[in-house]
Amino acid sequence: MSGNNWLKWLSAVSVMFAAMGAANAGQPINMPVGVTDISADVFDLHMIAFWLCVWIAVAVFGVMFYSIFAHRKSKGHTPATFHESTTVEAIWTTMPFLILIALAIPATTTLVAMEDTSDYDLTVKITGYQWLWHYEYIDEGVDFYSVLKTPRDQINGLAPKGDNYLLEVDKELVLPVDKKVRFLITANDVNHAWWVPDLAVKKDAIPGFINEAWAKVHTTGTYRGQCAELCGRDHGFMPIVVRVVEQAEFDQFLADNTTLLNDGAEYAAVAE
Amino acid sequence: MSTVATDDHHDDHQESPYSIKRWLFTTNHKDIGTLYLWFSFIMFLIGGVMALVIRTELFEPGLQFVDPQFFNSMTTMHAIMMIFGVVMPAFTGLANWLIPMMVGATDMALPRMNNWSFWILPFAFAMMLSTLFMDGGGPAGGWTLYPPLVLQTGDALPFVILSMHFMGLSSIMGAINVIATILNMRAPGMTLMKMPLFVWTWLITAYLLIAVMPVLAGGITMLLTDKFFGTSFFNAAGGGDPVMFQHIFWFFGHPEVYILILPSFGVVSSIIPTFARKPLFGYASMVYATGSIAFLSFIVWAHHMFTVGMPLAGELFFMFATMLIAVPTGVKVFNWIATMWRGSMTFETPMLFALGFIIMFSIGGFSGLMLALAPVDFQYHDTYFVVAHFHYVLVPGSIFAIIAAVYYWLPKWCGNMYNEGLGKIHFWLSTIFVNLTFFPMHFVGLAGMPRRIPDYALQFSDYNMLATIGAFGFGFAQLLFLYLVIKAIRGGEKATSQVWENAEGLEWTLSSPPPYHSFTTPPVIK
Repeated sequence: MSGNNWLKWLSAVSVMFAAMGAANAGQPINMPVGVTDISADVFDLHMIAFWLCVWIAVAVFGVMFYSIFAHRKSKGHTPATFHESTTVEAIWTTMPFLILIALAIPATTTLVAMEDTSDYDLTVKITGYQWLWHYEYIDEGVDFYSVLKTPRDQINGLAPKGDNYLLEVDKELVLPVDKKVRFLITANDVNHAWWVPDLAVKKDAIPGFINEAWAKVHTTGTYRGQCAELCGRDHGFMPIVVRVVEQAEFDQFLADNTTLLNDGAEYAAVAE
Repeated sequence: MSTVATDDHHDDHQESPYSIKRWLFTTNHKDIGTLYLWFSFIMFLIGGVMALVIRTELFEPGLQFVDPQFFNSMTTMHAIMMIFGVVMPAFTGLANWLIPMMVGATDMALPRMNNWSFWILPFAFAMMLSTLFMDGGGPAGGWTLYPPLVLQTGDALPFVILSMHFMGLSSIMGAINVIATILNMRAPGMTLMKMPLFVWTWLITAYLLIAVMPVLAGGITMLLTDKFFGTSFFNAAGGGDPVMFQHIFWFFGHPEVYILILPSFGVVSSIIPTFARKPLFGYASMVYATGSIAFLSFIVWAHHMFTVGMPLAGELFFMFATMLIAVPTGVKVFNWIATMWRGSMTFETPMLFALGFIIMFSIGGFSGLMLALAPVDFQYHDTYFVVAHFHYVLVPGSIFAIIAAVYYWLPKWCGNMYNEGLGKIHFWLSTIFVNLTFFPMHFVGLAGMPRRIPDYALQFSDYNMLATIGAFGFGFAQLLFLYLVIKAIRGGEKATSQVWENAEGLEWTLSSPPPYHSFTTPPVIK
């Protein structure tokens, strides 16, 4: 292929990527920074790893493309004959090791912090069902089910889709701001996974197991997530909505909802 | 066809080259290789149609075309078709065609078993596909078959498990054949460290297959007894452990990932030196890197399960072990680039696909490194970021390498050149559309779109639309490939024995097309 053709194709490819970028004005393309210290650490680690990969790619593919352009037969380049070099091979085996160690240190620190569920202020037990969530404030005597609120007509295209299409529930999980909340996560039928990107919490909900996770949210607001483990027909229709409020409002929420205590009758009604 | 006169009694099959019996009863490595490759292509079309069903439903938010249960069954079947029906049989087909010619043998070591290992497959996949028409539909719990969900499958479950047993049987027999051929039938003088890298990578792949297919067989048999014979291996209510299945599955599943890629490394290591007109850089380190990757593949499985609730020590171990894989993989990429360095390159279609492989497989490798970091993986896990990652290593990775191999060796196989201009167009169309399909998936995954959902929130709509357009483009571009291959088989410019100016290896010393029995007298190895 001649040099001209190369340029033509390369420009076609770049136009494609540019189109990809332009197509989305406004739609998110990256991980959220989130609203906890941990989620910010996770985001930083993600970006470090990303840029590391970008720079390695630029360096490695830079050499490759230089070679593709310079060492081609059409330019009359005669081939060299070398086929090994212990020094070079030792360098490019050792270098990645060092880079990996540099990456492993912050990853380990963050992981250790994420797994430390001690000294919590509040415990919420989360149980996954096909296809809804059950939340129980263990020491407060409050529990309720949380089900997708998006009307069927929106899903079937019979009504215009709302802003929070598929990411809205009838009863949100309400949490107090600046408190370390421990989640005990399990399931009652098949595996599910409880995931709220802004909290950087994703943990599998598995029947017979109780998994632990935690979050200390520093900003009030509403944060949305979804079930992240395939759990059957309506896996795509069991969202999670967490509303983080001031302590006073949270206390009020608990007081208002103690009557919601139920023995499964409501679940039966909801599951209809 | 036969230019080498032999009195071997197997020759009678080629006297009726168009009879169905030739294909049913063949014990010839080339015929069986051809069967494997065509089978793989047919499965590629079927699995591709399933992918297009998925992408059509995801073209825009809302449920438009299929029921969510059928959607789940499409994602499940698409994966099973593509992994067990396309990539693995294609590599076995390449192994059948190439290994005897590359090591200077007449045929594979176990020709009758070779016939059986192929002919199991059409029955296995017919059974697998038939489950789509059964009561309760096809399997819809994901190709990973996690219990308890998979135990909710309807009538399909025992058929799915039986057909996976057949696929495993076929793979194991194929692997035994490869090992027996490589270890016993090399021409005198061809020491292990003189074998072409394709042979080396397949030897290691074959050992991986023998090591892990029985593990899968054990796991799915336990599913079967849990469902039908009252056991509770994975049932928490009966004292079992649903997570144990995930450990068993991924102990198979991670080496399986390398089964799907190692032969690609061999293919690319054959193509790059030919078109760079320079010997492969670091042959020995390539062999050791392949061995290291194979070893590491056994101790990283739980990185597929970081969110399952492992103890911290376990997460750290699997994170570190997984990160280590970047080292031997990096060595391979560096070796390929050093092979090109100061070469005299030309860019025929196989070379283009091999270069595309290096770049796009590396992109998948980079996202793999990101996924290895457990704390960040909590965000990536089970999102479209993972879907983007493994499609980058499997489509412009394994599939591109298979396509490169077909273009590279097709003139040798059929004796005719393919159409170079159309081949290049096929490459560019494939490359553009494959990126249009899978690159946007990184974005929606990071932005929070879980995988395996038939409908999604509005902020994911633009990139899903792009991905769907890309998927259709990529699918239709492969029809051009089909046309090119058929055209070359039916005629065209005659290929020389060497085909490519600088091609090295025993297969290029044979005529194009090669004699029915490759080397009836062992060649001399320098």
